[in-house]
Amino acid sequence: MAEITEDIKVAENIVHKKSSVLTDKVMHYCPGCSHGVVHKLLAEVIEEMGIQDKTIGVAPVGCSVFIYNYLAIDWQEAAHGRAPALGTAISRLRPDRYVVTYQGDGDLAAIGTAETIHACNRGENMVMIFINNGIYGMTGGQMAPTTLEGMKASTCPFGRDPKTDGNPLKITEIVAQLPGTNFVTRQAVHTAAAVRRTKKAIRKAFEKQKDKTGTSFVEVVSTCNSGWKMNPVDSNNWMEENMFPFYPLGDIKDV
Amino acid sequence: MAKMIGAIEVDIETCKGCSLCVEACPTDVIALADEVNGKGYNYAYMANPDACNGCTNCALVCPDSCITVYRKKVEMA
Ligand SMILES: Cc1ncc(C[n+]2csc(CCOP(=O)(O)OP(=O)(O)O)c2C)c(N)n1
Repeated sequence: MAEITEDIKVAENIVHKKSSVLTDKVMHYCPGCSHGVVHKLLAEVIEEMGIQDKTIGVAPVGCSVFIYNYLAIDWQEAAHGRAPALGTAISRLRPDRYVVTYQGDGDLAAIGTAETIHACNRGENMVMIFINNGIYGMTGGQMAPTTLEGMKASTCPFGRDPKTDGNPLKITEIVAQLPGTNFVTRQAVHTAAAVRRTKKAIRKAFEKQKDKTGTSFVEVVSTCNSGWKMNPVDSNNWMEENMFPFYPLGDIKDV
Repeated sequence: MAKMIGAIEVDIETCKGCSLCVEACPTDVIALADEVNGKGYNYAYMANPDACNGCTNCALVCPDSCITVYRKKVEMA
């Protein structure tokens, strides 16, 4: 058997390999970070649709600020929270391109709330990918608008108390109510099945852009194991138990 | 009898030993090595290669795209 295992390692038997849209740079993310999985899915969708030279990405501020080093497409780097504003400009100036923004929850749902809501309300033709890990990962795990009630973060070490800290924000449900969005979905990447569904959702978001009928919004409920102070496997379990009841997975809008 | 035989190849230097693949493998093929790579991570490897059926679950959940999966249908005597 062991010889068979070695024998089958030839190109014709490959059923899964690294996407050609990903560069050779090793990602700087912590071990087990959801960002890496979503980057990969984005790369695979772009590769499979054959739109590598027709896609312009907008990078955020946050842990994924260096996404432009990892996917070999054209990129612009936005100021913190302003990716949808920059995406608006690009998609209006280059309607022949696919535009995709990629943002964390601190970026998209805190400092960039206005840009997010108005771009979705105007129905700018772009794909928006939203990584919701419930905290500000890059700067040290501070509380974000998305932090769950009772969830610990470095700025709410005893857990978020809505009395003093406000309530967690479901921005995805908000943008789903706006007339400018044509597809709004919430997914995760904690299991192989979930990864397959998220890839389908990202693919669908890009396909929707062919008709120029508005903003396609994909939230990915994610882990930040360093910020949450758990190992990657426990983080996935914690996310299932605690994040999914408040942030239920599935399509919210499809028109 | 025909059987699906699989194998994985891990890019050792890119692997960060997060062990999400270990958890995702339905046939308990993968483990983390006792040795470490250049960055000091205990990298993933096929500890139980005979059990691999090439399902690709490990590669799907891998954040660092460091797993290549092979699969072939073979006739077993
Ligand atoms: C104008 C401005 N304000 C604040 C910061 C500091 N800052 C950098 S990243 C970040 C939050 C990132 O959190 P999130 O968007 O959730 O992404 P993650 O790192 O979790 O992926 C903040 C507040 C900044 N860079 N620029």
